[in-house]
Amino acid sequence: MLQWARWCWRQLTSMRTALILLFLLALGSVPGSVLPQQGIDPQAVQQYYAAHPALAPWLARFSLFNVFGAPWFAAIYLLLFLSLAGCVIPRTFRLAFAARQQPPRAPRNLARLPLVSTMASPLGADAALAASSALLAGKRFRVRTGDGWISAEKGYLREAGNLLFHLALLALLVAVGMGGLFGYKANRLLVAGQSFGNTVTALDQFHPGRLVSAADLQPFSIGLDSFSARYVSSGPDMGQPAAFNAYLSYQSQPGSATQHYDLQVNHPLNVDNVKVYLIGHGYAPVFRVTDGTGRVVFNGPVPFIPVAVNSLMSEGVVKVPDARPQQLGFAGLFLPTTVDVGGKLQSAFPAPYRPAVSLVSFAGNLGMNSGVPQSVYQLNTAGLHRLAVKPRPLSPGQSIRLPHEMGTLTFTGYRQWISLAITYDPGQLPALIAAIAALAGLLVSFLVRRRRVFLRAVPAAGGGSTVEFAGLARTESSETFGAEFADLSTELSAALGVAGDGGAGERGPHGATADTVLATAGERGPHGNVPAGKTPSGTSPTAHADAAAGPTAPGAAAADAAADVPSETDERE
Amino acid sequence: MPPVNLGLAQLSDHFLLATVFFYALAVLAFAGDFAFGRSAAPRVAGKQADAEVAAESPAAAERAQVAVGAGVTAQAGSSAPASAASPDTAKPAAPSGPFAADGGPAVVAGSRWRAGGAPAGPWVRAALALTVIGLVTQVLGIATRGLAEHRVPWGNMYEFVMAITCAAVIAFLLLLIRFRVYSVGLFLMAPIVLALGLCATVLYTAAGPLVPALHSYWIWIHVTTMTVAIGSYIVAAVLTVLYLIADRHTRRNAADPRAGLGAVLHRLPPADALDRLSYRTVIFAFPIWTFAVIAGAIWADQAWGRYWGWDPKETWAFITWVVYAGYLHARATAGWRGRKAAYIQLIGFTSLVFNLIGVNLWITGLHSYAGIN
Repeated sequence: MLQWARWCWRQLTSMRTALILLFLLALGSVPGSVLPQQGIDPQAVQQYYAAHPALAPWLARFSLFNVFGAPWFAAIYLLLFLSLAGCVIPRTFRLAFAARQQPPRAPRNLARLPLVSTMASPLGADAALAASSALLAGKRFRVRTGDGWISAEKGYLREAGNLLFHLALLALLVAVGMGGLFGYKANRLLVAGQSFGNTVTALDQFHPGRLVSAADLQPFSIGLDSFSARYVSSGPDMGQPAAFNAYLSYQSQPGSATQHYDLQVNHPLNVDNVKVYLIGHGYAPVFRVTDGTGRVVFNGPVPFIPVAVNSLMSEGVVKVPDARPQQLGFAGLFLPTTVDVGGKLQSAFPAPYRPAVSLVSFAGNLGMNSGVPQSVYQLNTAGLHRLAVKPRPLSPGQSIRLPHEMGTLTFTGYRQWISLAITYDPGQLPALIAAIAALAGLLVSFLVRRRRVFLRAVPAAGGGSTVEFAGLARTESSETFGAEFADLSTELSAALGVAGDGGAGERGPHGATADTVLATAGERGPHGNVPAGKTPSGTSPTAHADAAAGPTAPGAAAADAAADVPSETDERE
Repeated sequence: MPPVNLGLAQLSDHFLLATVFFYALAVLAFAGDFAFGRSAAPRVAGKQADAEVAAESPAAAERAQVAVGAGVTAQAGSSAPASAASPDTAKPAAPSGPFAADGGPAVVAGSRWRAGGAPAGPWVRAALALTVIGLVTQVLGIATRGLAEHRVPWGNMYEFVMAITCAAVIAFLLLLIRFRVYSVGLFLMAPIVLALGLCATVLYTAAGPLVPALHSYWIWIHVTTMTVAIGSYIVAAVLTVLYLIADRHTRRNAADPRAGLGAVLHRLPPADALDRLSYRTVIFAFPIWTFAVIAGAIWADQAWGRYWGWDPKETWAFITWVVYAGYLHARATAGWRGRKAAYIQLIGFTSLVFNLIGVNLWITGLHSYAGIN
């Protein structure tokens, strides 16, 4: 049983599983962008139901209209993060442990490492080791010395960056979850001249987090003084909006001073850590309705919903439940700039240059007392009959007189409305910090290279010592280590007082510096026998080391030369 | 905001046409190098080969000395017991570095360049000159467009494709400067010419102002970094496709590397070098993409009231990020690196392209700024 659990855990935390979960996460997101989503566009979901009555319930059964809240989607990312935690947390401990540990012993045969340089020093073996050790320590290598050898390592930050990245992703998930528990979202449509308080009843839509109650809402109130919109007035983009300004007055709590704010797209209002955004606008024609008994039973603006973005042609309904003898209803269009195209009314421009409404009139029972909730933007015509009124567009001030003395509707003017999104998300700042930490970790893990160098000094026959210096890049994309190694070799040979010429045959014709030799390490090119031993002369250690640097996962030779050095990259296997 | 400067806008259009023209010529020149250029040097280690090759080209004469020097050292080096690099032990020896010096003398002493590839012949030089001229006209085209519109010149799909192709060409030139992968030029510039051609015909949108949703300095941060990342991902994808082709070829024609496609492929860097170059390009692009997504989230928070809302564009940016993250992990995992990882990268690139084209054109969302009807 325990064994089985351990097997499961090992499977879950293996890189293979993590990769598969990553792909499932990507794959699972696809329907969320292709199918309409309840949380983003509920109307589109309804339309989809209407268009595909057989398929839609099946899709709904698999939460495909709410992918990002679906249990199976949560299962994927929770498993992924569990896998991540299972891998990253032990690695954090290992890093913390390794950070206090010394580099491994130098391998016996340095010549088998990918980068090797041999030099003859006039210094004795011990003195050469001491000088080398000082040089490496000065370059911030962690140095370990032993009998005749030095082992030094640098670049621990890489793993730290890598872990920071993964841990930050875990933190990001927590922050997102926090927002979902303690935050809320709401919408409110606000006609110019009106105001509202931030209470559940005053909000059109309210989506609280799981742990939010009505009492948690910040008690501010907002009024719309005026709204202005500018549009492109010529050219191919005619009608495209150019700027929106909503002039708000608000109080952060009842009784506090009234403040003003010019709300724009991209410039939300921040009140009491709640953000208020301008997300839409439209027209609200103002109607006055007098019923058959001569009473004014309706007088006010009615928000119409834009149906054409570039012309702001808008649809809406007026419901007059108080009218007698029969309830009245009107449905129709508001046209900001009315033009008659072959007998069909259209709006040519979103600004109100020639505003008009065109309405169809109904009388009867609006069905508002049936208990079934109704949309304020739709007329339930089941209990209504259409009145015979000759359809004609009304300009401001014009009226429709209804037949049979049922009353009069006057289009008295229009106002503009805006829709506001109100959001409170306490997880936002933590999420931002986590995201920045993830990016920082990513950069560190990509930029810092982990590398080891080893050095062995043996007394030479004719006095002095023979020093073998070898390097091993532990991470990929580290061909620059070749250059660094060459530079290190040069400095080392200077520090060891390596003679300018003569001596060992390994030296290049130009003598001065160390001889860097490329061993057959790692990946082999298909194209054959390149420079193999072609080499590093004194003048070109850099060039050669460059050529030597690529192999990342050390190949066979390097691997057994440094058996205790697993390629970091394989760690998760 | 002042009205669009139509004169400048027209100038910008002319610059675009000039760009397509020069890039197309560059493609022809890159192709010409494949057809008529001098083949890469025979890959024989040792001094004669080096000397011969070096002597062949007057341009390389200066390097010949060094090359000969290197050859001598190689002889000396092989006598050292420590050296595993003598010709016999190192049969298909270790082309390391991003890719092995494949043309002998090209390993230039003292210079910091790291890879092989034959020295640039006349065709390649012509192609590079044309590419650079095209790049200049493209940058001018983008700049004049921005000046004409008094705004950031990447506000709709036409402008965005202009910008990412520009970024891709810059990424390619940087890669060239560092690694001398001239031969990749043909395979990168050809799709760019196609994309720009589409840009000039299908995607073309007349200069105009931005919708209010885009009135934010974040457009400079978010869209610019996206552009740089996408440009780099394009280069990486081209390298990966070449890697897959070259790798398949070497697997199938181990005996005779020059058979079939080999006639073309031997001009390219070896397969593993292509793979590494591609990986490095992704390593460069991935953090930028990450940053761009974060910047986008911050902007989304200001514009729409939430930092993440699974808008189709966001969803696909997320998918792309996840798949490229998968690529980076796969590349570092035994059993996945190589072809499998390469396919993962291409899946990531596909989702990137889908996000760019499919989401703009077929899926409506908050990011519907393509300007195409």
